[in-house]
Amino acid sequence: MTDSSVAGATRISAAKNGHWRPLPMVSSAALRWGLNAAVLVYLVLLYFSVDINWARVAQGMDRGLAFMASFFTPDFVTRGGEIAIGLRESLTMTFVATVLGIAFAIPVGLGAARNIAPAPVYYFCRAIIALSRTFQEIIIAILFVAMFGFGPLAGVMTLAFATVGFMAKLLAEDIEDAQRDPMEAVRATGASWLQWINYAVQPQVMPRLIGLSLYRLDINFRESAIIGIVGAGGIGATLNTSINRYDYDTSAAVLLVIIGIVLCSEYLSGYVRKWTA
Amino acid sequence: MPLTMNDKTPVWRRREPLAQRLIWLGYFLSLLLFLLCWKIVSDNTIWEFLADAHIQAASLIGRMIPPQWSITGSLLLPLWDTINIATVGTALGVLIAFPLAFLAARNTSPHPALRAFALAVIVSSRSINALIWAILLVTIVGPGLLAGMIAIALRSIGFVGKLLYEAIEEIQVTPVEAVTATGAGRMQILNYAVLPQIMPAFAGITVYRWDINIRESTVLGLVGAGGIGLQMNAAINNLAWGQVSMVFVLIFATVILSEWVSAKVRHAVI
Repeated sequence: MTDSSVAGATRISAAKNGHWRPLPMVSSAALRWGLNAAVLVYLVLLYFSVDINWARVAQGMDRGLAFMASFFTPDFVTRGGEIAIGLRESLTMTFVATVLGIAFAIPVGLGAARNIAPAPVYYFCRAIIALSRTFQEIIIAILFVAMFGFGPLAGVMTLAFATVGFMAKLLAEDIEDAQRDPMEAVRATGASWLQWINYAVQPQVMPRLIGLSLYRLDINFRESAIIGIVGAGGIGATLNTSINRYDYDTSAAVLLVIIGIVLCSEYLSGYVRKWTA
Repeated sequence: MPLTMNDKTPVWRRREPLAQRLIWLGYFLSLLLFLLCWKIVSDNTIWEFLADAHIQAASLIGRMIPPQWSITGSLLLPLWDTINIATVGTALGVLIAFPLAFLAARNTSPHPALRAFALAVIVSSRSINALIWAILLVTIVGPGLLAGMIAIALRSIGFVGKLLYEAIEEIQVTPVEAVTATGAGRMQILNYAVLPQIMPAFAGITVYRWDINIRESTVLGLVGAGGIGLQMNAAINNLAWGQVSMVFVLIFATVILSEWVSAKVRHAVI
């Protein structure tokens, strides 16, 4: 008998005597206690290495309450012009960047699928994906603002760059999971490479690609709200200014607008996904 | 009919002609929207800046290479802070998200009004980036690690809450029925029938979010919320691009490591 079956038999006889306990989540006892000990050690280290200025925190509580209260009195009007301009810039940046990003992500994604790309192309495309996924949008935005100057173009480039990594990775995984039979069948008809991709691969990945594109549109909008902080255009600049002026009523209005748009796009994408699937 | 006659030769097409035309119309309208948006972006762009972009890029990269290896020692403590922000932030977020997910799941929610409230919290938290929370919290609790931790926690609530409540909604009903049939109370049903089914997903989601939080916490310092981002911000403001690239190298290494840990744990539990 193996260890686990001995343990299982002991558990069953214990249960018959009315001493039943649920199975532990981590089955190996050593690993279980090791994890607990590691958490304990980490907490001790944390206690000695993190210093927090509690006096400053207590001071800020009034401001925190003022901010929360401002969600009930959002001010859309006073800075209405700035909010509208920022929002228009964010939305246009988002759409342009998503379209450009997907246009570049499709060839990269095809190249990064091991089952249809030769090894050198595969490693090259995987390197592009790794590069694009490692760094936060905001870091890329800082570099692009330094290169292209302030304004929405730097933002579009940033979002498009991040979109390439995200979409290409998921597309490549989807292609790698695609069924082989249709691919072989189409190839057996003597189809050219493009026909093969178009008739055997594309129909298999298209529903997911549409769903992911909408999801990425949503992410890009949310990201467009922060890259404005470093000068890459969009509603982030408006938001940042209002927070720095302690104009919480306007900040709350901007946040509510962002939440509203994300909510709408989530409903919309759920609807479109149901319709394409 | 996907089969059309063309000079008495049957030609196979993938779609009905009408469906095909509607799809083309959709693409055409999207193209128009794209061009309109591109025009707005282009109007707000100062194209003169672009003329020397390649020179700027070359000089930027030139100044970034080689990274200033000598400052590695002084970056290790900020890196530890960054990891703490991510870890404590994830833990706080998960603590709040866990009960919230039970309120938000259709099959465990005690009342529709509570469910609507929980869903609203999850959506609000998901819509707003950790960096925005950090800017706000820096003005409220002051610059430092705490602002970063709370910012990460607030952003994690929505993510963990959403994935977890979806996992709860997808559980098998038979164990729940079996435990209910023994006369178990509400909490006992949750504890013995629901919890064991979602624990692997829960562990996976938590580690996945921790991995994302490591990435996010590296930049929170840009707005004063502690960690290695503070050093990066200082280096950028001093135009010390060699130091900036050194920070990038460290971030890259940390992210790769956390991704590896996260992948290992998720393979182990799922």
